[in-house]
Amino acid sequence: MNTTIMLFLLQDGITNGAIYALLGLALVLVFAVTRVILIPQGEFVTYGALSYAMLATGQVPGTVRLAVAMGIVAFALDLFFARKALHARLVMRSVGLNIVFPFALLGLVYALVGPHTPIAVNIALALLIVAAIGLFLYRIAFQPIAHTSVLVLLIASVGCHLALQGLGLVFFGAEGLRGPALSSAAVTAGPLRFTGQSLAVYALTIGFIVGLWLFFGYTKTGKALRATAVNRLGARLVGIRTTLSGQIAFLLASVIGAISGILIVPITTLYYDTGFLIGLKGFIAAIIGGLVSYPLTAVAAILVGIVEAFSSFYASNFKEVIVFTLILPVLVLRSLAAPQVEEEKD
Amino acid sequence: MTQRLPLVIFALVLAVIPLVPGIPPFWIVLLDNIGLAALVAMGLVLLTGVGGLTSFGQAAFCGFGAYTTAVLTTAYGVSPWLTLPASLLVSGIAAVLLGLVTVRLSGHYLPLGTIAWGIGLFYLFSKLEFLGRNDGISGIPPLSIGSFKMLNPDTIYYAIWVAVLVAALLTMNLLDSRTGRAIRALRRGHVAAEAFGVQTPRAKLLVFIYAAVLAGLSGWLYAHFQRAANPTPFGAQAGIEYLFIAVVGGAGYVWGGVLGAAIVVILKEVLQSYLPYIFGGQSQLETIVFGIMLVMLLQLAPQGVWPWLMSKLPFKPTRKTPDTSVKLEHRERAPGTSPVLLHIEKARKQFGGVLAVNDVSFDVNAREIVALIGPNGAGKSTTFNLITGVLSATGGKIFVQGKEVENAPPQEVVKLGVARTFQHVKLVPDMTVLENVAIGAHLRGNSGAISSMLRLDRTDEAKLLAEAARQIERVGLSDQIDQLAGSLSLGQQRIVEIARALCVDPMLLLLDEPAAGLRHMEKQRLATLLRQLRDGGMSVLLVEHDMGFVMDLADRIVVLDFGTKIAEGTPAAIKRNPDVIKAYLGAAA
Repeated sequence: MNTTIMLFLLQDGITNGAIYALLGLALVLVFAVTRVILIPQGEFVTYGALSYAMLATGQVPGTVRLAVAMGIVAFALDLFFARKALHARLVMRSVGLNIVFPFALLGLVYALVGPHTPIAVNIALALLIVAAIGLFLYRIAFQPIAHTSVLVLLIASVGCHLALQGLGLVFFGAEGLRGPALSSAAVTAGPLRFTGQSLAVYALTIGFIVGLWLFFGYTKTGKALRATAVNRLGARLVGIRTTLSGQIAFLLASVIGAISGILIVPITTLYYDTGFLIGLKGFIAAIIGGLVSYPLTAVAAILVGIVEAFSSFYASNFKEVIVFTLILPVLVLRSLAAPQVEEEKD
Repeated sequence: MTQRLPLVIFALVLAVIPLVPGIPPFWIVLLDNIGLAALVAMGLVLLTGVGGLTSFGQAAFCGFGAYTTAVLTTAYGVSPWLTLPASLLVSGIAAVLLGLVTVRLSGHYLPLGTIAWGIGLFYLFSKLEFLGRNDGISGIPPLSIGSFKMLNPDTIYYAIWVAVLVAALLTMNLLDSRTGRAIRALRRGHVAAEAFGVQTPRAKLLVFIYAAVLAGLSGWLYAHFQRAANPTPFGAQAGIEYLFIAVVGGAGYVWGGVLGAAIVVILKEVLQSYLPYIFGGQSQLETIVFGIMLVMLLQLAPQGVWPWLMSKLPFKPTRKTPDTSVKLEHRERAPGTSPVLLHIEKARKQFGGVLAVNDVSFDVNAREIVALIGPNGAGKSTTFNLITGVLSATGGKIFVQGKEVENAPPQEVVKLGVARTFQHVKLVPDMTVLENVAIGAHLRGNSGAISSMLRLDRTDEAKLLAEAARQIERVGLSDQIDQLAGSLSLGQQRIVEIARALCVDPMLLLLDEPAAGLRHMEKQRLATLLRQLRDGGMSVLLVEHDMGFVMDLADRIVVLDFGTKIAEGTPAAIKRNPDVIKAYLGAAA
């Protein structure tokens, strides 16, 4: 085996793995706070990436209109659920978040869009759009059933994935898109060439891992979010606003998803349905991490990336088979190690 | 027979449909698709709705069934009928392999695992040379009887729907049996079921295999219906759709699977043909509507359509009352004649740094009521869990009738004649009192899954139900026998647990706070019952906080405090014991 090839494969694997790690982290985050297994994570990736790519060509992506529509639905739901106790502050807050914010975003996109808009502005717009969608998605699909079992939440999550993926086809078409690179800088080390893009991937991944780990381990807000996941009622009794926790989690997850998308769309062509597979590989990492551990998830994600890189070189036909069956031995180990705990399910 | 009447009518209606003149052939195709989906959904009903094991990967098992027959008939020229057992066998074996890996997983790991292998298998189907890669295999011969070939949708229609009806009948028979009750108990956690001898991993594997075989049957029929097999219908999307079908119809109900299949298949057809007119040519719009509807359905009617329909029915299906004159043989008793029934020697349990039970020793003799008391957190329930094998001891020895129980699992402990109730009631709320209690007699029956499906278990079943009914009568709940356990008051549920424990035909009854939530009169009735049981030769070990109840009833009392035994003796002696008073009331008293 050629060392250079091996190094290239390793580099490739680590770059992809870093993206999976970001997604895995977001999945762990959402699960830890809301118990939702976030299948639509992949759609956040494609929405972020393809919105950015469309903005870069001077087009208005359909996702911003979706954000507006979802905002209106979220507003209607807010009013409906609070119909017995409507007061001005609540309505104002809801109007601000669900109506003013997405419409302002829509206005901003139309005002700024153009072939010569700076990359940074496009990135910011794409992130804001996906953040809004993530926020409203929680409000619409998950908040009303937040108290139900993990299974019900999972099925709802699959429903969201189907709807969002279908909408992705409407917004972006069946053709794949590529976006402009974030920077053209490059560093050469021996036979390997590190592009600015891949360095940004590494830096952001490490930043998020450390950030999330510190946030959940050492801040009051982070601990409050975790408490929500363990016992919603208990969390509410001690004064934690559980719906806010869920919204924060979804906001973070959608932004992380969109960032991952924007990071990879200059490297590979993304299609409206690519996100699902990418998201699922993040999942494998998250599962290896037991859906609780951030560092373990990150390590597992890198491993998934490396396995994928090597299997695409040596057995490209069976790349996906190998990656997805990687999960089985992990599950066996997990099930052997898992303590026999009684779960009250309904 | 009256219970089977709707099924017979349904079968007759189905048989007549293709013969109605002028019926569009397209409708028959739809009905074929509904039948194929219903078979898979029925397996999912058993797996997910009843057994609580969620699988997104059922489509892959259809793939095993379809590809098995495709390869055997095209490459080896095997007759289609001969490939049926092969198809079922291959899906079954795949289920055993995947099941051994996955069904032991708790909670959400299982659905995630099934998504992963669902996708992995899809890619495997689409990459393997001998399965024709992405193009699949075509030219599969049709099913035929003699020279009659089922070439058209309206001829294979009969094969599909006979399969659906037979599968529905077998599934309903299975659910209404000893094995079925064990499966239905799975969803509520495994501790209660295992305490009565149910081998929960085996029961889980059983439903997993059953669901996979039904999916394999659907795949086999699909291959001969389409006369081709390619990877697309066996991918992750299809797996998700099958689960959707089960949820829409009502995941806990066999007919919910059929109804869900009808709703989803027809809806999909309507959406696919009309949405492009409304929104102009875009494809995949139906998945958007599908996804949104799935989310809405979970918010508005999480139980599915079937139970909602059934609740609208003007009449309620009646249940047969068991004939209590049928006798169930007593459990085989160990010949041991030791007067000491339960001997605990320095039992110890450590949870990390917490010493929950600290070298506790005591005995329970034959025909004796012993109470285990102590303040909250004294280690009483932990002691119970050590005796019944729910927890394994860190140290010490436990003997039942002179035989050492070396950290045996709960299923083995109950065989020694030790039956228990739980501090937090563990009944299956959507099963009737009778069915819940009959789980207690699980080990006293021997019919397996196959004989249950074929209704060869009826004498065995009648005996078990008769015994359950007798025990319910004994505890005084005959009026509630057909009510759902979840609808009873907490106090009554505790009594149901006692009846369930009595169904074991135990030597020793372990009751964890049996009187909590009972009214005064009910407590007195319970005390009378326990005395009767003792006088009949049974021993009782109970944890209880109601001192009046304990002092009145117990022959002997063991007091625990912070995991350590601080006193043992007759009620009168315990009342005066200074250590006990100190533990309960503090030093100043």
